[in-house]
Amino acid sequence: MSWLRPLLLCLLLAVVPAAWAVNPDEMLADPALEQRARDISTELRCLVCQNESIDDSDADLAKDIRVLVRERLTAGDSDDQVRQFLVDRYGEFVLLRPRVEGHTLLLWFAAPGLLVIGLIVLVIMARRRRKPVAVDELSAEEQRALDSLDGPQA
Amino acid sequence: MSIELGHFALILAFAIATVSTVGGYMFWRSGERISLFLSQGAVLQFVLVAASFAALIQAFVTSDFSLKLAADNSHSLKPLIFKISGVWGNHEGSMVLWVMILVAFGAMVAAFGRRLPSDLLSLVLATQSMLVAAFAGFTLFTSNPFARMIPPPLEGADLNPVLQDIGLAIHPPLLYAGYVGFSICFSFAIGALISGRIDQAWARWVRPWAVLSWMFLTLGISMGSYWASYELGWGGWWFWDPVENASFMPWLAGTALLHSALVMEKRNALKIWTVFLSIITFSLSLLGTFLVRSGILTSIHTFASDPTRGLVILALLALIIGGAFVLFAMRASALRTGGLFAPVSREGALILNNLFLATAMGAVLVGTLYPLLLDAIAGTTISVGAPFFNLTFAALMVPLLIVLPFGPMLAWKRADVLGAAQRLIGAAALAIFLTILISALGGISISLAPLGLLLGFWVAFGAVAELIDRSKLGRIPPAESWRRLVGLPRSAYSTAIAHFGIGIAVLGIVATTAWETELVTTLNPGETAQLSGYTIAFDKSSQVQGPNYIADQGDFTITAPGGGTRTMVAQRRTYVASGIPTTEAAIGTYGFSQLYLQLGEPLKDTHVVRIWHKPYITLIWLGALLMAGAGALSLTDRRQRIGAPRRAIKAMPEPAE
Repeated sequence: MSWLRPLLLCLLLAVVPAAWAVNPDEMLADPALEQRARDISTELRCLVCQNESIDDSDADLAKDIRVLVRERLTAGDSDDQVRQFLVDRYGEFVLLRPRVEGHTLLLWFAAPGLLVIGLIVLVIMARRRRKPVAVDELSAEEQRALDSLDGPQA
Repeated sequence: MSIELGHFALILAFAIATVSTVGGYMFWRSGERISLFLSQGAVLQFVLVAASFAALIQAFVTSDFSLKLAADNSHSLKPLIFKISGVWGNHEGSMVLWVMILVAFGAMVAAFGRRLPSDLLSLVLATQSMLVAAFAGFTLFTSNPFARMIPPPLEGADLNPVLQDIGLAIHPPLLYAGYVGFSICFSFAIGALISGRIDQAWARWVRPWAVLSWMFLTLGISMGSYWASYELGWGGWWFWDPVENASFMPWLAGTALLHSALVMEKRNALKIWTVFLSIITFSLSLLGTFLVRSGILTSIHTFASDPTRGLVILALLALIIGGAFVLFAMRASALRTGGLFAPVSREGALILNNLFLATAMGAVLVGTLYPLLLDAIAGTTISVGAPFFNLTFAALMVPLLIVLPFGPMLAWKRADVLGAAQRLIGAAALAIFLTILISALGGISISLAPLGLLLGFWVAFGAVAELIDRSKLGRIPPAESWRRLVGLPRSAYSTAIAHFGIGIAVLGIVATTAWETELVTTLNPGETAQLSGYTIAFDKSSQVQGPNYIADQGDFTITAPGGGTRTMVAQRRTYVASGIPTTEAAIGTYGFSQLYLQLGEPLKDTHVVRIWHKPYITLIWLGALLMAGAGALSLTDRRQRIGAPRRAIKAMPEPAE
């Protein structure tokens, strides 16, 4: 259903006068600084958009934040200082990559955790399987007979 | 009149589905009498829903604006194809499409399922009917597409312009076919759990349905990705948007299901896990439907802003998924594990595949739902965006891609890793050589690019190596080798092609991420710009009139590095009925690479023009097409077509008139 995304964008376009992502007039003269601005921008959320970075967004607010990022960089802030400045101002919601903190531990460790649990389960299963439990399995016929005993009709 | 008939047909389908559900679950042991009844019911549901769908299409095509849905979403000036696709470009219509595909799959089971034992067939059709009743009921009671509008307006409000694209005609039906197709696997799983009977024959029946659905889902997702990349303008191909994740999760689970069902079919192992995956895959499809339909993602996403709809879907979701898992918990222990195998074996490799795919699916699920849950529980709002998913997902895919080529090389039961490695040495050497060569030639712009290239080549060549190995090329005379190659079962080819497709897609992703270039500039007609060796001349700017829009148009002449020139046209459209602006990027495909041109806002007397060069981006979609093609090929394999052995053969008698 990713076709909803165009729909959504278009809803946005309907309410926000179109201004385009990173206009030439916003760009900094210093290419190194501009590159840093772009890198930071791709990880900042356009707050009025659905899951769009300010680097991609056409919204006015995104433009304002892009300009703000460039102002802070020109003023000599480090990348982290710029991010902190925006978090202070707009809240953590602005970061597309959430920080690793108490309330995001579960998020960040979910994948590694699942992998480790999965591996442990597999090892246990493999161990158990190696034990000589290879008792004669029931034949299909026996199995069916047994199953039918469980059934309510039996 | 036809609208009311369509409405009535949907109600009737709902009624038949309800009767089939109750009757099926009560009398599934009654043999062919009940399975025949349910089969006929399934076909009838299909005919009725198709009729109601046709009624909607007819109203849209003839611009019958007394149908509220058509008045809200159509326009008499719209081209025919968009009138038709407009039927499902909205909440109500898309639910009818959903139900339509659901009943189509049900009818297919009824048609092709004659070899199934009648009790399993009855349970499958009863479960399928339950889903139809649930979703047709949801459509009828909360999202009635057949509501009339009195007095009818003279003109419709038009379909959202971004949706007026061939993409809408193709993408949702494919995606839904994938989503909903997994309902068959779900129904088979429920049937197996209730009857308590599950064996290799079961896996053999389920696997073609899983392959078919997976194929549609692969096509649907890649089609959506391509659509987004050209329609949204800046050429991104994947955004980790929650609605994209909603379609990607069933894909990951479905991919795992294909592989585990293979183990079950061949070795009678992994039964419980396969049943679990069958349930999970369709549950994720339902979750995707809920996420999108309920408008829970964010307020702006509400296409269905009515909260009762969300609650009803949530309730359906809880009942269907919850019921399935309760059943699973009660009955799974009754399923015996079969065939023994050593950790290092084809089975072991497929389990590893499932571990990584399931974990990746879990990671996407957690990333998608975490902000919603955190907001609901702690009231803290955070964003989980592309940077999170890229990191987590890539970390899980790297080990999977490293071990992938080993899988098909390993023998069932007990295998020799060193032997497999020996047979892959050529693929590895070639991959390393090409990676070094390209890195040296192309320059390395991000540090992980060579690793990505290496993985892509490794997977692609590994897939080829498997075919070469099985043809014994170089070890026996070439003619003999050729005969072996031609004689390989189609399933061997489909495995190789699907894995090759993954390698190709990885290469496309890495190349376009690492070597994409972008230029944002202001251009006047008559001026030129340069990017990555391409010369872009802005020839003229003009105003043009389309059927239902007006547009600013820019004509460009592109000179490629190799010489040839071509003209490209980019537009900024404003749709007359809605006043909504859209951009139509000009896209030039050069080999596997693409040049994107987008016309920005006209400033005083000049235009902002954005130009991207995306090297090898089409490999991403080509890889997906190869995967889907491999799915289609495996469906034509004789061993998939011929039904199950022995007890299935007991043919169903002809229906008594």
